[in-house]
Formats: sequence, structure tokens, C-alpha cells
Amino acid sequence: MTGWRTLFYKEVLRFWKVSFQTVAAPVLTAVLYLLIFGHVLEDEVTVYDQVGYTSFLIPGLVMMSVLQNAFANSSSSLIQSKITGNLVFLLVTPLSHRAWFAAYVGASVVRGLVVGLGVFVVTVWFAPLRLAEPWWAVVFALLGAGMLGALGLIAGLWAEKFDQMAAFQNFIIMPMTFLAGVFYSVHSLPAVWQAASHLNPFFYMIDGFRRGFFGQSDVSPWLSLAVVAASFALVAGIALHLLRSGYKLRA
Amino acid sequence: MPAAVSFSHVCKTYLGARGEVRALDDVSFDIEAGEFFGLLGPNGAGKTTLISILAGLARASAGKVSVLGHDVVADYAAARRSLGIVPQELVFDPFFSVRETLRIQSGYFGVSGNDAWIDELLEGLGLADKAGANMRQLSGGMKRRVLVAQALVHRPPVIVLDEPTAGVDVELRQTLWSFVARLNKQGHTVLLTTHYLEEAEALCGRIAMLKQGRVVALDRTSNLLAGTAHQMLRFKTDDPLPPDVAAHARVTGRIAQVTARDAGEVESVLARLRAAGVRVEDLEIGRADLEDVFLEIMQGGHAPAAPAPRVAEALR
Repeated sequence: MTGWRTLFYKEVLRFWKVSFQTVAAPVLTAVLYLLIFGHVLEDEVTVYDQVGYTSFLIPGLVMMSVLQNAFANSSSSLIQSKITGNLVFLLVTPLSHRAWFAAYVGASVVRGLVVGLGVFVVTVWFAPLRLAEPWWAVVFALLGAGMLGALGLIAGLWAEKFDQMAAFQNFIIMPMTFLAGVFYSVHSLPAVWQAASHLNPFFYMIDGFRRGFFGQSDVSPWLSLAVVAASFALVAGIALHLLRSGYKLRA
Repeated sequence: MPAAVSFSHVCKTYLGARGEVRALDDVSFDIEAGEFFGLLGPNGAGKTTLISILAGLARASAGKVSVLGHDVVADYAAARRSLGIVPQELVFDPFFSVRETLRIQSGYFGVSGNDAWIDELLEGLGLADKAGANMRQLSGGMKRRVLVAQALVHRPPVIVLDEPTAGVDVELRQTLWSFVARLNKQGHTVLLTTHYLEEAEALCGRIAMLKQGRVVALDRTSNLLAGTAHQMLRFKTDDPLPPDVAAHARVTGRIAQVTARDAGEVESVLARLRAAGVRVEDLEIGRADLEDVFLEIMQGGHAPAAPAPRVAEALR
């Protein structure tokens, strides 16, 4: 096992060793959302024709968990290593900036998918669900997790303290995921907020992911794919540039 | 054959709270392959900055640094493969056991199937029974040993130890030095920074001293010792020293040490002590040690020779 694969393995092992906290806890959170919102809103909200609210909610919760946990993995690993000082063990190695990127983002994708799968396995029993166009679900889960893993890398490089990281998470990641249509179809929003939602790349990730289940979506999956791929490329480009320049890593 | 480590006109400036700080000012010297080299200086002299630049943890504002001919910026991968750094801070990754930590560190350098060498390191550093223990469970001294093992896990030809014995007990110091001395005998180059000058005197063939970011002395340890005050008066006393003696004395609790250039000066110091009514016990007169040389140089009393040419001479 060599180079970046070692770092990838270490990053996966890191969250797996504390999987009660990194996998079980977010699965429980998603189930609570499903129980509360699903129970309260099942008979109140209609989304697509013949799709019950709970069925609609499940893919949204799965994707939200994928995104939040992909972000949490790279960001928390980096900030912890920076604050405890053990990042030095990595800084003295010959690993290139591409190796860092591949390992941190790769492990984030793994964590995102593991948690997403966990949420799916637990929630799928609550409502009828089928996978109409599964490849869309796979593509958006991978791209979304990759983008959030890269965003977590940027946040982890930028933040110097845990409260800066918490601010990044609470003021950027949380609002963007919650306002991306996890709990509702954007068609149920007033026109202004519909337009605002279309500026949020997270909306396209969740809408595209849902397409995989219901075979219908708020916007074309191809448009979603273009937006998500472009966002991923942009975020990945920034992350790679910061790593290469040694931003906040090498004084 | 290229130098094991080469610093060439290295400068480092950064913006501090009170404007621009010059941490390193035109530092140049080479460490030849196989040397046991000491880098000394008071806190803030720039030792750790220099080592950070060598390790790629920081970047020089100007100048070049290379390891076995590999530039630490342009050819960083080869330079870092040749280098094993024991950091000053006692850092560790709390998620892993000692063996996992070493396997992972080995993998970063592209070395797999390294368990035989890992076992040898664990044995040599007295860690064999801790291989399965989580890093969090280890005492400070044990964590320090793991740091040394981590630095050596990819068998680097050049080993850098940044204050490895700060706050370390006697037993570990002995283990560490016999281990490092063995590696040096096997051909590894060792660069050591330390506050314990007796360690540097005992181990290092050559020494550079840094003061305020500049090299103020660079020579064989024996030459540094020979080129300074020859006599050292040591005694115990409960009385305050007269000011003219105190100005040149090193006082540790009851023990005072005063340097003297020759027998005449020894007599004059004793006369002044007697005149001031200082009662002296356990008086010894011995040779000056590296600590005296260090203090003399740091207080600016010693004009070191121009570094680079003399080093070259000393090596031949």
C-alpha cells in the first residue's frame, strides 16, 4: 500500500474507528427527521402525482446525509490534525497535492455514501419506494459527495479554530442543504424563492438524486448534472490550488 | 558526492505584530554525509525555523536548501524521502495504535511490507511491548520514542532531531542517544538541536551556533572548546558574589561557576572573593565546557571566524 492510498486508508479508518459518532449518529438524526416531518406532513403535503410525502422525503434525507457527512469528514479531520499538530506527519512526506486531494476527498465520499446507505436502509421501510432511474442517484451521490468533500477540504485548510469551522458549517452548509428542497418540492414555493433555490447548487444535487427514485424532477437531470459537475470542478480547482500553494499549511 | 544538507544564503522574514521580523539572515553552511552535527542557539535564534525550511514545513524568503543534492522546493519528494524529522512538539494521532501509526507513516513514503524494520525500531527504542497500545495511553516519554520511530520508519539517510530530549527522563535519553549514535555509525547523517549543551559536546563532531538568525560560530566542537577560556572555577557558596565577579559568573542555586583565562585570573577572582568575605566550599578548577563557549559567544565576547572557509578547512 503506497502513497495516497495509505492516506485514503487512514482517513477511512479514522471515521470507521468512531463509527458510532460518524455513522450511527447521523443515521439516527435522519430517522428522527423522517418520523417527525413524515408523521406531521404526510397528509398535508402533496408533491409529485402519486408520490406520498414520506416517500418524497426519504431520498432528500439520504442525499442530505451524504452531503453533510462528506463535508464533515475532510473538514473535521483536517482541523483536528491542524489543532493537535499531528498534520506535521503528513507535511514531511513526499505526497503531492493531488495525493492529498484524492485521499481526503475519496475518504469523504466513502463516509458520505456509507451514511447515506445507512439512512436508506433504515428509512426505506417507512414508505413505498422504487429506483426508477438508479444511475442518476449513483451519479449525483458520487458527485455531490465529492464536491462536499472538496469543500470540507477548503474549510479545513481555512479554519484555524473549531468555532470558525462551526461557523462554516452552520452558516453555509446547513442553510444551503436545508434550502435545497430536502423537505419540499421547490414548486411549492413562491416564485421569488423558487428563483433563489435555482441559484443554490445543492438544489440540483438533491433534485438530480431524487430523479433516480421517481423518474421525475423539478428540473432536467441533465441541467442538474451540468451545474453539479461545474460546481465540483470549481471547488476541486480551488482546493487543489490551495493545497499546491501550501495555504495555511506551510508558513 | 553532494552535501547531506546544504543551506545557501537562507533568509526568512515574516510579518509580526511589530512589523517585519527577520528570523533567518543569510544562513549558509553544509553538513557532510555521515556527520553528527549540532545546531545550537538560544530560544528564538531561528533553529526551528531553519529546520522547518529544511523539512518543507516553512518556505525560505530567499536562498536555497537541499538534501543530498535535492532542492527542498523544486525536488521536494526526493528531498523529503531522504529526511527523517523528529519534531519538537509532542504530537500524535489519537485514533491509532503504535504499530498502526508506524505502518501508516511508512505507507506515506511509499514503503510497504515494512514490518521487519518496524519491529527493529520498536525493539531498539524500547517500545516492543507497546506496539498494540493506543497512542493516547502512552506516557510522554513513550510518545517521544514513537516520534523518533516515525521519523526513521522510511530509513532516511539524514536524520533531524529538534530538541529530542526536552523534558525527557534520563533512561530515555540514554536509549535515544545510543540508538542515534548507532545509526550515525552505520552512516546516517544526524542534525541535532538541543538545549543540553553537554549532549552536544559529547555527541556532535561539528557545531553551528545561531544568534538572532545569523550563524555566529561554526567549527569542530574540539576547536570551539580550544578557542575559548581555558579555566573554570566551580564552588558552592551561600553568600552573594561581589558584582564584578557576579557579572561573569553562572549561578545555579548554591553553585557558582566563573571562567578565567589563565592562572593569574583565577588568583584574582579568588582574591576578590576573599576581599568580599565570600565563604567558598568545594572549590574546583577545571576546563571550560561547551556551555561556557556558548555563553561567551552569545554574549558577544567571542569573534568567530568567517564561517564557510573555516568549515571547509576543518573537514579536510
